[in-house]
Amino acid sequence: MTNPHLKLDGLAKSYGRFTAVEGFSLDISEGEFIAIMGPSGCGKTTTLRMLAGLETADRGQITLAGKRIDQLPVWERETPLVWQNLALFPFMTVRENVEFGLQMRGVSRTERRRRADDWLEKLGISAYAERNVARLSGGQRQRVALARSLVLEPKVLLLDEPLSALDAHMAIKMQGELKKLQRELGITFVYVTHSHSEAFSLADRVVIMNAGRVEQIGSPQDIFLRPRSKFVAQFVGGISLLDGRITGAADGKRFLETRDGKVRLDHDCGLADGDTADLAVRADRISVTVEPGWGENEIACTLVSEEFAGAVVNLHLETASGHSLVAQLQQRDLEQLNAACGTRVFASWHPGDGVLLDSAQHPGHGTRARAA
Amino acid sequence: MPPHLKHAIPKAFWIAGLAVVFLLLYAPILSAVLFSFSADRFPSLNMSGFSTKWYAQVLTDRAMLDALGNSLTVAGITALIATELGFSAAYADYRFRFFGQRAVLALALLPPTVPLVILGLAMLAFFSRIGIAGSLAAVVAAHVVIAAPFAMAVCRLRLAQLDAALEIAAQNLGARPLSALFRIVLPHSLPAILAAFLITFAVSFDEYVIAWFTGGLNQTIPVAVLTTLQGQVDPTIHVIGTMSFSVTLTLVLIALAVVLSQSGGAMSKEKTS
Repeated sequence: MTNPHLKLDGLAKSYGRFTAVEGFSLDISEGEFIAIMGPSGCGKTTTLRMLAGLETADRGQITLAGKRIDQLPVWERETPLVWQNLALFPFMTVRENVEFGLQMRGVSRTERRRRADDWLEKLGISAYAERNVARLSGGQRQRVALARSLVLEPKVLLLDEPLSALDAHMAIKMQGELKKLQRELGITFVYVTHSHSEAFSLADRVVIMNAGRVEQIGSPQDIFLRPRSKFVAQFVGGISLLDGRITGAADGKRFLETRDGKVRLDHDCGLADGDTADLAVRADRISVTVEPGWGENEIACTLVSEEFAGAVVNLHLETASGHSLVAQLQQRDLEQLNAACGTRVFASWHPGDGVLLDSAQHPGHGTRARAA
Repeated sequence: MPPHLKHAIPKAFWIAGLAVVFLLLYAPILSAVLFSFSADRFPSLNMSGFSTKWYAQVLTDRAMLDALGNSLTVAGITALIATELGFSAAYADYRFRFFGQRAVLALALLPPTVPLVILGLAMLAFFSRIGIAGSLAAVVAAHVVIAAPFAMAVCRLRLAQLDAALEIAAQNLGARPLSALFRIVLPHSLPAILAAFLITFAVSFDEYVIAWFTGGLNQTIPVAVLTTLQGQVDPTIHVIGTMSFSVTLTLVLIALAVVLSQSGGAMSKEKTS
């Protein structure tokens, strides 16, 4: 990617003494689906609003298709936004809503009617063209919001938690339609959400933010399997963390010396003996047995509780030093395990399933974080 | 009505109480209406007959017609200016966040709470200094001060129902700020603007104290009525009172109808969504 389509370079925004966004850099290629994710207040919405021009960046630049846009006023940006609450115009019909942007651009009456009808057709809401937007269901309103933005044929579409107003069933249906639409149109989508499932299933690349900074940028698989920081591991969830010091063995293997024993690492991590490090292990990669000696990387634990989650069960374990681990088992495996809460069990995993995290406080400062 | 929703005090008491309140409020006004049609020189309940002669007398009274003309002119211009100012202030408060916002809001809503005699006297002193005392312009200026807060209050109520994101959403779709204002905010506010115009018109049309202080020889209807009263008790007073009351009541009722129908409509719309 020599010439990124949409380039965000060192964006920063503060409100008084509160830093909303700091050093946000990201190169987005044409037709890419980017999800920006993080807990509330992490700066994801501020970033989106800077893209749309609703906030002015204190520092940094935004370039769209080779043209710098960060100094343009909102109405000249060509970066339509699908609002969290949709922000449809309540006293206009569906068609008037969709025609609005074209009208503001001075498109003739017949032409804008043709283009609006075209999009109403594409999104399957032609039947409601004359209806007041207040008299639509949630899913229909969502489609009007999309049509109103897409009719402008933008190079990039911004979406701010667009599915959060829908019920769970409808949200999943719209999710599929959004992805299909984005593939067909080849428009760049920048999608802000706090939902893991939305971000992971929709996006080509996911940006994880925390406290105004980028923690990690990568493909959904990358982030899920190889979280780079403690924050990402905890945010993605279902991951057990162990901390300790690196020790090297004579045969070149590396170990992490934790308070609950030594575990083997399958990494050339670039850390030296004696360095502190955090190890992340996904819950579904941890096996639990009643008898020791089953495999490598074994830690003795107490079974604290079982959490039923449909086809799978989450076992909450506690090591001798008081550390918490989570293991995810199939219902069938739990029956075979046959261990009651409070009993002693052994947690083990393959060394290759452990991921060493960067120990620095803010690892992914954006620029170096292009994966996939 | 389910029993647990029944109030401890029976419904009949509520109705009786309400009837007494309305009787006290409207009996004097109704008596004026009644006596305006009396054939007698002095108001008394055993009337000799009904007549519209006092109406004829008022409608040919040069001084009263001049006063009516003055009142309509002053109220019309006052309503225009006060509504414009009131809407602008309400919009600024709705749209922007700035330092001292609450203080500005309180200050803007303050004038109707100042005693009218004090306001009138202060206005007179100020207008004399700048040399417009005794003119209709002075009355208009003073009336705008007391009427604008009412316009602002009405517009604020309406704007509070408008999602602040809508105007920005319009800009995000390519509307310049002025287009967004005219396409989104003004259509939504139109009923409130109309209501504000009618209410400020009524406020100015009825106002006596300030008009008396600042108007000089240019009398408005209330001033002319009081001046007449000082000389004699004349049945034409009842006629003027009835006519003024009708005008004011009509204006306020229209304003109420406009505001209530719109907010009711908006509420039912939200229910269906």
